[in-house]
Amino acid sequence: MITKRIIPCLDVKDGRVVKGVNFLGLADVSSPVKLAKFYSDCGADELVFYDITASAEGRALFTDILTEVASTIFIPLTVGGGINTVDDFGRVLKCGADKVSVNSGALRDPSLIPEAAKRYGDQCVVLSVDAKRVGGQFRVFAKGGREDTGLDAIEWIKSGIANGAGEIVLNSIDTDGVKNGFDLEMLQAVCEVVDVPVIASGGAGCAEHFKKLFHSLPKVDAGLAASIFHFGEIAIPDLKRELAADGINMRL
Amino acid sequence: MIAIIDYGVGNLFSLKSSFAAIGVETAVTGDPEAIRRADRLILPGVGAFGDAAALLRRNGLDQVVRQEAEDGKPLLGICLGMQLLFDYGLEYGRHQGLGLIPGSVRPIADYIPAGYKVPHIGWNALRFPAGKPVSPLFRHIREGECVYFVHSFCGVECGESVVASAEYGGMLTAAVARGSIYGVQFHPEKSGNVGLNILRAFCEK
Repeated sequence: MITKRIIPCLDVKDGRVVKGVNFLGLADVSSPVKLAKFYSDCGADELVFYDITASAEGRALFTDILTEVASTIFIPLTVGGGINTVDDFGRVLKCGADKVSVNSGALRDPSLIPEAAKRYGDQCVVLSVDAKRVGGQFRVFAKGGREDTGLDAIEWIKSGIANGAGEIVLNSIDTDGVKNGFDLEMLQAVCEVVDVPVIASGGAGCAEHFKKLFHSLPKVDAGLAASIFHFGEIAIPDLKRELAADGINMRL
Repeated sequence: MIAIIDYGVGNLFSLKSSFAAIGVETAVTGDPEAIRRADRLILPGVGAFGDAAALLRRNGLDQVVRQEAEDGKPLLGICLGMQLLFDYGLEYGRHQGLGLIPGSVRPIADYIPAGYKVPHIGWNALRFPAGKPVSPLFRHIREGECVYFVHSFCGVECGESVVASAEYGGMLTAAVARGSIYGVQFHPEKSGNVGLNILRAFCEK
């Protein structure tokens, strides 16, 4: 059977990993290549690189870094951030990315998903959704969670899949950063309507939260987190062993 | 020298990098002469069976690959490149394959129960057939180790050539072999150290 995946997410700005990476014994903690190698050696099942660069120079640097990462580690790589056109897909796939995650770009231009899926295949199009409860509805937010689009998250996800998205990353703004567990209610609502892999994001604080996620929602395929891995609050090898001991299928 | 056959499908960057990581020199080429001169061949591929088979035929590379493989040059087909080794594929119509390994390529959905997601994407454990010696391709790995799959179609009716399977509602063909002709459905270039060890074994043979 397919194993459940544990996915660390790295934010990259101007060629460096930002946002609180704090590893003991890792000299250059902001080097994307070194961190990618570290996580790959730890047993991460996939890596997500999120490009938060604003400048064209930073973007070029990002593709250089991606090329270096993809020549160094050999696990699936997903890239997000700044993906607005089908050409952006081509730009990162050429550097060794396996999947490309779209968020705001697809909200601005919904034809991005079908066009990219047609050119590169459904399996490489990941729809990433930031959602939050508003008036009894799960609402899609844009611009890193700052802007309410008015779109219903479940409907948006359904149409994304119908248009060719091969995987969903659901980030709950309500639970993100709280470290009180994944948003099981929101994830369940999504799992009920999708037939593609779902990656849960937002809220992981300890191993127990991953256990609860995979046991209560068997249709969730992966758990994604950033700071708890970066700050060493959870070590991936320990987490995976603990989940495996609890009957969850893991790649060890 | 190992030739990674470039016939216009897919991105060969990771494949080339993974061989470099194990210290093996490769040439990405679509030149029949270079392919004939190579010691071993890699047939990669992503996309749809029919398109890929047509691209391979367009430059006559199908004849070159078939001839070299039949003459005993080690060949490894990866993902769609494995599927092309079979007699034919049924993806958007019926298309001829290379006919190097008996079998055909059909939708996974026809072989697994409802409720299993297709494509079959993710890390899955390799199972070796009981009562057969382990394929030389797997001499550096253990049964049960995981490799990375991404596919919607699978090799069926492969008879005795199956050397590994993966459990996904049913047993899916994960690897086939006949003599020095090998095919793997998964992506060794995306399967961490296990994948690199499989590529290493292929290079040593």
